[in-house]
Order: sequence, then C-alpha cells, then structure tokens
Amino acid sequence: MATKLPETRAESVFKDFKPAYDTAHALAEANRCLYCLDAPCIGACPTSINIPEFIRKIATGNLRGSARTIFESNILGMSCARVCPVEVLCVGECVYNRMDQPPIQIGKLQRYATDMAYDEGWEFFEAGPDTGKKVALIGAGPASLSCAHRLRRYGHACTIFEKRDVVGGLNTFGVAPYKMKADRAVTEAEWVLGIGGIEVKTGVEIGVDVSFSTLEHDYDAIFVGIGLGPDKHLGVPGEDLEGVYGAVDFIEAIKLEPAAFDGVKSVAVIGGGNTAVDCVREALGLGLGAVTMVYRGTEAVMPGYAHEWKAAKVDGAHALWQRSPIAYEGENGRVSGLRLQVFDEHKQPVAGQEERIDADLVLVAVGQSRLLDLLKLDGVNMDHRRILTDAGGFTGRPGVYAGGDLANGAKEVVNAVAEGRDAAVAIHAYLTEA
Amino acid sequence: MPDLSTNCAGITSPNPFWLASAPPANSGAQVMRAFDHGWGGAVWKTLGQPIQNVSSRFGGLHYRGTRGIGFNNIELITDRPLEVNFKEIYEVKKRYPKHAVVVSLMVETEEEWQDIIKRSIDAGADGLELNFGCPHGMCERGMGSAVGQEPTVNEKITSWAKKYSSVPVLVKLTPNVGDIVPHGIAAQNGGADGVSLINTIKSIIGVDLDRLVPEPRVGNASTNGGYCGAAVKPIALHMVAALARDHLFNLPISGIGGISNWRDAVEFMALGASSVQVCTEVMLRGYRVVEDMIEGLENFMRDKGFERLDQLIGKAVPTYSEWGDLDLNYEIVARIDADKCIGCHLCEVACHDGAHQCIHNDPNGSFVPVVDEDECVGCNLCQIVCPVPGCITMAEIDNGYAPATWNEHVWEGAKLRPKKGAH
Repeated sequence: MATKLPETRAESVFKDFKPAYDTAHALAEANRCLYCLDAPCIGACPTSINIPEFIRKIATGNLRGSARTIFESNILGMSCARVCPVEVLCVGECVYNRMDQPPIQIGKLQRYATDMAYDEGWEFFEAGPDTGKKVALIGAGPASLSCAHRLRRYGHACTIFEKRDVVGGLNTFGVAPYKMKADRAVTEAEWVLGIGGIEVKTGVEIGVDVSFSTLEHDYDAIFVGIGLGPDKHLGVPGEDLEGVYGAVDFIEAIKLEPAAFDGVKSVAVIGGGNTAVDCVREALGLGLGAVTMVYRGTEAVMPGYAHEWKAAKVDGAHALWQRSPIAYEGENGRVSGLRLQVFDEHKQPVAGQEERIDADLVLVAVGQSRLLDLLKLDGVNMDHRRILTDAGGFTGRPGVYAGGDLANGAKEVVNAVAEGRDAAVAIHAYLTEA
Repeated sequence: MPDLSTNCAGITSPNPFWLASAPPANSGAQVMRAFDHGWGGAVWKTLGQPIQNVSSRFGGLHYRGTRGIGFNNIELITDRPLEVNFKEIYEVKKRYPKHAVVVSLMVETEEEWQDIIKRSIDAGADGLELNFGCPHGMCERGMGSAVGQEPTVNEKITSWAKKYSSVPVLVKLTPNVGDIVPHGIAAQNGGADGVSLINTIKSIIGVDLDRLVPEPRVGNASTNGGYCGAAVKPIALHMVAALARDHLFNLPISGIGGISNWRDAVEFMALGASSVQVCTEVMLRGYRVVEDMIEGLENFMRDKGFERLDQLIGKAVPTYSEWGDLDLNYEIVARIDADKCIGCHLCEVACHDGAHQCIHNDPNGSFVPVVDEDECVGCNLCQIVCPVPGCITMAEIDNGYAPATWNEHVWEGAKLRPKKGAH
C-alpha cells in the first residue's frame, strides 16, 4: 500500500485555480443544463460519462445517483473533474457555446458530485465472484487503477506492480498543484483500491526486480500502464549545471518534497507544450521571480492549450517566441543565463541571430523519453514512440495489453482511464472465452 | 436495495412509474421504448372513436427564463384506428408481460363501452382507466370532464365498465370541480377498483400579444385547453390527499399532476398515491427521465429505511389536518445568518410590503437586515424570497404556552398566546 506523503510539500502554497462549488452554485449551474439528447459533451469525453444525466441528478437532489453515473464510466471521476482540460473536451462542446452563452461548468459539477461521494463514504461497486484468474498490472497510475477496478468487478484477481513507493502515478506526482494536490490523488487511488482484491506491490520495477517473462508465467494476463520515461533534454552545453531541471523532475519535486528554490530571480521554461505551461504557472505560483517561456515556434502554433497559456499570462508569464537555447551559461557551477538561437516562423534557425537572457533556474519541458524496451517482445506492435494496440488495448502478444501514455503517445488522464477500462473489458473477454 | 414493485388497485408493475395516458403512450413502439428506459407501466392514450386533431395543439408557460413550467394542450383522444391500437397493445403485453399496460377509454353508450372493454381485455390490458377528465373538445361531445363533473353519470358509467370488465377499473377524475371528494365517492359507488387524478385543468395558457389571439393558435382562433406540468403539482397533491384522508373513500389512488422527478413522486406517494403517472416531463425531456426517478426513489427509501413502497404510501396523510386543529401557540421567527447574507434586501422588501414590517435595515450600518423578533409572525415569506440556501432559518421559540388549537380554544377555552404583528 501507499507510503505516506511528506507533510510538508512545496505544492502546499497553491490554491485551487477553479474553486469548488457550494450547493447553491451547483444547483444553479445544474439547473442551467439543457439535458441534451445525444449530447456533444458526452462525445467529447474519452470515458463517455453520461454528463446530462449526472447533472440532472444534481438538480433533483439525487447526488448519490449523480456520482454513480460518473463512476460507472470513469472510476477516477474525482480527479478527472479537477485535471481534465474541460475547455477543449466536454465544456468546449457544450451547445451553449453555439448560442454564445457560457457553457455549463461540467468539471466543477463533476467535482461537486464526486467530492460528495468521497465525503459521505458512499460505495457503489462490488467485486465480482472470484474467477480464479490472475492479472498483473504494471504501473499504479490512472490506466492501471481503472483497469484493475473494472477487472475486479468481473471477479479477476489483480496485482499492481509499482516501481515508486507511492500509488497514483502521474496523478500523484505530475498534476499541476493548482488543479490537484498529491494527497488527493493518493486518496483517490486508495478509494479505487477499496473494491478489494487488488494487491499493490510498491518498490518493484518490472524488468529490473522481476522479469516480464516471470509475470507472463505467473499470471493469466498482463496490463502495461507505465506511462512515459524521464525528461528529454536538448543536448546543448551546460545541461549539467546546477539549476537546470527536467520539467517532470521539477514538478515531482514540488509535488512530493518540501523543495525550496531559494534565491531564484528569473526562470526560463523551455518548450511550448502543456508541461511547459504548467511549469510556467507553477514557477509563478511559487514566487520564483520573473518567468519566461522560451519556445521555438510562434504563439499560434504552440501545442499547449490556449486557455492554459492565457491563464499563465494572467498570472504574469512572459514568452520569447521563435527562440531555443543553444547553450546554458553558468557561474560557479550554477546556471546564470541562456544563449538563444532565433528561428523564423517555420521553426528554421535564422543564421547569425543569437540572443542572451538571464536565468538562474531553467526548466526543460521538451518531452519525455519512451519506455518501449520492456515490451520489445515477439508479437508486440510498436512504433518509435508508442505501443500500438487495438481499441481494447491488445498489443498483438497473447495476454498482453497496454494503455495510457505508453500506448496513446501521451494524452490526458481521462484517456488513460478510458483505455484501462476498455482493456479490462478485452482482458475479461480473453480470460473467459471458451 | 428497496423493493419498488407496485400494486395499484390490483394492477402490478415493477416500479410505480407509469406513463400517463397522453402522447408519450400513443403507440406500441413508444411504449416499448419507454419500458426499455425503465418505466414500470403505461396508460395507453385514450381509445374511443378516432378523432381528427387540429394544429397547433400545445402551449407552454415560461417564467423568468425557465421554459415549460406549465403546459397545456387541445389535443383529443387517439386519432389512430382502434384495430391498430389493439394489435400494438397485444404486442407490447406479449413482449413485456410484467409491465402494466392500462388502457384508457372514452366512449358514449353502454354498448360502446361493452364493446371497447371486451376488445381492450382481449388485447391484453392489465387494467382500464375511464377517462372522465378531458376538459377540452371531448367534453363538448358529452364525454371526458362532462362525465367527471356529474357524480351520478360518473357512477353510472363506472358501473357499466365494472359490469363488462374482468380487469381492474380506474376512474380518472377531473380537477375541474369544486370538491374532488364526491367525485371519488361516485367512482367508488360505481364499483371502481381505484381512481387516478388529476386530469388536466381547464385553462388558457396565454395570449399572443401581436395578434391578440389566445394560444395555442389555430388559424385566427384558439380554445381552452388542459393545463398540466410542474406548475399544477400543488393542486394535484391536494386533491390526492383530500381523497386519501377521507374516511368514506377507501380506493387506491394513482397520482398524476406535474410529477417531474423522484421528489415529486415521493410527495404524491406520501400523500396516498400507490402509483404515479407522468406525461409533461416526458414530453419535454423524454423517457430517459425515469432513470433518476427510480434511482432517486430507491436512494430516498434506503436513507429512510423503507424496504417496500407500502411503508411510504400515505405516510404523510395523517398529518394533513383541518386549520382549526393546528396549534396556534406554535411559534417560529426568522433568523438571518449574517455570514451567509449577501445584502440583497429581498427579505426586507417582502416583509415590508407583503408581510408584517418586521425586517429592517441594520441600525449599525451593515448590509445585513435585522429581524424584530418581537414583531415577526413566522410567516416564512422572507425565507421564500431569500436567494441564499440556509441563510434565513425559521427558529422555534419556546413561549411557555401549552399547545392550543382554534377548536380547543373555542370549545374548551384553551389559552392562546398574544397575537404578534396585529397592531
């Protein structure tokens, strides 16, 4: 089971970016929902939560039913309510957008109903009758938790192997703290495990401590939900200077440790994706001086969500567009600035155009490495960046399934939940076929 | 899990939620789709000599941005051939043997009643509902509410139906009467197995202000219609309760009138209904609303410790008493939670203009109004207008007076507390 998180964590200073609804708010918003048929919000949800139905149940006061409707499709509905980029998913598709009225705040309503379920201790699901089948799940993140929970409803015994000593995966160590803090993710993981019959072995890395072939021998099926690997770096001089962090390492430090970044006056965040924007907002939230995002392309082509970048700008972020570091400069072993190459609008370097900026903290958010080695096995389909599966997570190797960032190339938590759930359906079919 | 299985006047269904006799129960395909969504029963759209309808047919009442809080219609009974209806009833019953299919009927002569009852039962009807309620169109032809408003005619036709029916007979009552009780008694005297109420209320839903013609408009004219939807629930609740508590009336009741969610259904059942019928909410939002109705009822029953519906049905009836039996010495006053108050002063204007002038501006200058508890009569008006849940509560005051009703005061000289706010 999960090891306790440290009491003091750097993330504690953050407040909720989207504060929780009280009852009056929730009722007013729920009653505004049109209860559409074939609602586009459902189509935009990777887990296909019956959104109009759960909102109607808030409006009628059937909160237990509302939460059940959510969890039936998405057992991690509590964290997804906080971390989903609803602006580009359900909320973005709300029909009110088409009449230029504010869309329904689906995420906040989902949080209202699911938090209520946690607070009240409502239980919704029971494990199915024991089938005698055993499934191993690698990684204790959203994909495996979702998969294991569904497998338990079918009655299959589950063992999750997690190389860290905390459960929850990216939800615990990688979510921006103004969306959700680590303790909430651990609470959720333990709530999911509450269905019983899921053994969690932390501190066990498959491929290091236990071989994959041992798992194949000992279990009837395997689900692989190991996510992504360590931060990538640009391979420019000065990367070993103190004060240069990979983005994921930085976020994990503020999520899980009482990390302090004393004396930082200016921060440079390299990259233009969502992790980069998270780093920008986190550095600003921690009060680490001036924060500048350095991105190779223009604002128009940055891969990070527009609504997140807009919020970062409100927080006080600056950007240097069409720039990328060619070296980190340091003093006494500590980073002090960056030399930047200027790019044209096609992300091509402009010869001879270089600049320099100060920075005593550099956060490199240019992607994460891939953990494909574990599955370089006969039958497993993969390309250079992900495991290729069918809609049920089947990898091509009998009994081996995958989901989450490993298989989708890095999407949202809610995608991992959907893929874990759907893989469980496929594994169940595999285990029970005649 | 609580058991929702239902028996209303001998008609059984897996849950108490039935479609009312109306457009949602117009055809076999619709009723089967409704059963797939979870409805426990359906009262088929009224059969009789098929009619010709007008267009348009419906009008909606919208209030402060909320659409369809009330609804009315000028549609008549079925316009589809009887043999088609009977064939579809047969198919529905064959495929859904455990669901209740009640057939609503409206004809004129005894021979017609005999014939249509036989054909309905041959098709597989679990029960019959005599439509003595429709307040538009059909009543001009001597049927519908024209029957329901005359107890002797009601009793006569009910007795015909009972004579020819081998399945339970419900009489659907019209609310367009001064007192519902004699009409329920008339159905009982005619031998009915139960009553269902209310049918729609005679109404004009509104007037088109450009044309100065009432709605719904048919060319350059309109007619009175039948009013229903969420807004009629209080009227229906009273009529159900009035029958349920009457000592001479002892038939089961199928409750109808503005039931839009599980809470409404619980209210009807608490006041004596053993099944509930829904039309308008389905017309506005579809059969799917039943999921929350069932689940909400189950969760309510579980929270209250009820295992079967009969533990809920009629539970509130004994508390429905006469005004003269209410305790005049029971005293409550309004209390405003200063931490929750947003300073809108709606309580103050309501109290000053509509009640007893006991809520005032704070003399110390804050935006939180103050209640003069010595003057507050405990009327609830401020709490009703307050937009913040839980901000105004009505607190019980121990005034030292023993309970005393008006009747006890008049007949036994019971001592009453001094009046408040009556100067």
